[in-house]
Amino acid sequence: MIRIITVYGGLLLTALGRTLLLALLGLFFACIIGMIFGIMGVLKNRLSNIISQIFVDVIRGVPMIVLAFFVYFGVPYFFNTMIGGFTVSLSALQAGTICLALNCGAYMAEIVRAGIQSVDKGQMEAARSLGLTYGMAMRKVVLPQAIRTMIPTFINQFIITLKDTSILSVIGFPELVNTAKNVQANTFMSFQTWAIVGLMYLIVITILSRSAKVVERRLNVGR
Amino acid sequence: MVDKSEVKIKVTNLKKSFGDLDVLKDISTEVYKGEVVCIIGPSGSGKSTFLRCLNKLEEVTAGTVIVDGNDITSKGININKVRENIGMVFQHFNLFNNLNIMDNLTLAPLELKKCSKSEAESRARDMLKKVGLADKVDSYPSQLSGGQKQRVAIARALCMQPDIMLFDEPTSALDPEMVGEVLQVMKNLAADGMTMVIVTHEMGFAREVADRVIFMDGGYVVEEGTPQEVLLNPKEERTIDFLNKVL
Repeated sequence: MIRIITVYGGLLLTALGRTLLLALLGLFFACIIGMIFGIMGVLKNRLSNIISQIFVDVIRGVPMIVLAFFVYFGVPYFFNTMIGGFTVSLSALQAGTICLALNCGAYMAEIVRAGIQSVDKGQMEAARSLGLTYGMAMRKVVLPQAIRTMIPTFINQFIITLKDTSILSVIGFPELVNTAKNVQANTFMSFQTWAIVGLMYLIVITILSRSAKVVERRLNVGR
Repeated sequence: MVDKSEVKIKVTNLKKSFGDLDVLKDISTEVYKGEVVCIIGPSGSGKSTFLRCLNKLEEVTAGTVIVDGNDITSKGININKVRENIGMVFQHFNLFNNLNIMDNLTLAPLELKKCSKSEAESRARDMLKKVGLADKVDSYPSQLSGGQKQRVAIARALCMQPDIMLFDEPTSALDPEMVGEVLQVMKNLAADGMTMVIVTHEMGFAREVADRVIFMDGGYVVEEGTPQEVLLNPKEERTIDFLNKVL
């Protein structure tokens, strides 16, 4: 155990850094995707509702490992070989970010949609009856209240996404799990290696959820 | 007080259906400047739907609604512009829960660039004084009682300086001892010459304050006239029936 920490500790920490980088990149784009598709899901517009629903259904209906293979291997193959004339290549980090953003984005879209719909209809009506436009009412009245109710579910989704980065070891991105596989292969100490890796995830996620609780409490002031 | 020369709201052959359900069947009426109209009737008679058609919170199925000369049922109308001039007060107050009282009152004037921040705030203070809640500027809606919330809601609507105020059962969700304070604010407003359309179950208030009472049932106006006529000497069978039950 000690030997793994002294010899491979630095390597594993760097890998953890990459895991966090991947998760942060993925979450950043997932938030944007989630907001866009979530709001499209509540607009009074049939077409935008349908597009949002299809996006969510498709992404939720495909395992992330399949999505990862598809984006990393399938998409470049489609452009380079099937169509030809293009040279598309994605790095593992780029492909991983796209996968996480799409996957987490679909769940975020559902969270956003549910959050907006949980705000009493009267809030929108009152805002509109004062002459505010739909957009103003959404921005100033409905969304701020929706986000409050979304936060616990958001945090839950952040944690799931952080853990889902491990799936992306299959496309060769040297995040924590992928690196740990190499450490195990070199040392044959599988018990110690995976215990340490598990602990690393546990610590990061615990810190994340604890600080999230603090944020949640702060935001509830005045409610 | 009622200025018969100026029609503020003109409703012609208004119909409204939700799917197969015809809620409003054929309604025509006019509201004059400075007039206080109370709409009474059993639940499900279409009173609230009628009121909500006056500022297009409900899309009308057929007929026209003309407010201040603007046909709000026409396609190209900028409904937001028209709504700026029509205050609305809801049964469940609908104060913005995420904003304190000052921000509740100044949100619309500021977003719509009606005036400067200092003007909006001083007007908000005036309106809060008018409804007797000057000390609540920094409170949040959740810290107020029902009666206080409703008075804030009235003040919020007044901050847009509307010509017309619509009230959708403003006292129905209140504890009995808080009804009086809200009705008092409405009486003052009526005395100031505001044009008001009020859906209410407060017959005493209607008798005292209304210039005209409309009794609705089954999507029609069954009877209308002065409070004297409708509430004290009703002619229609259904009006008599209804009044016997509620009085």
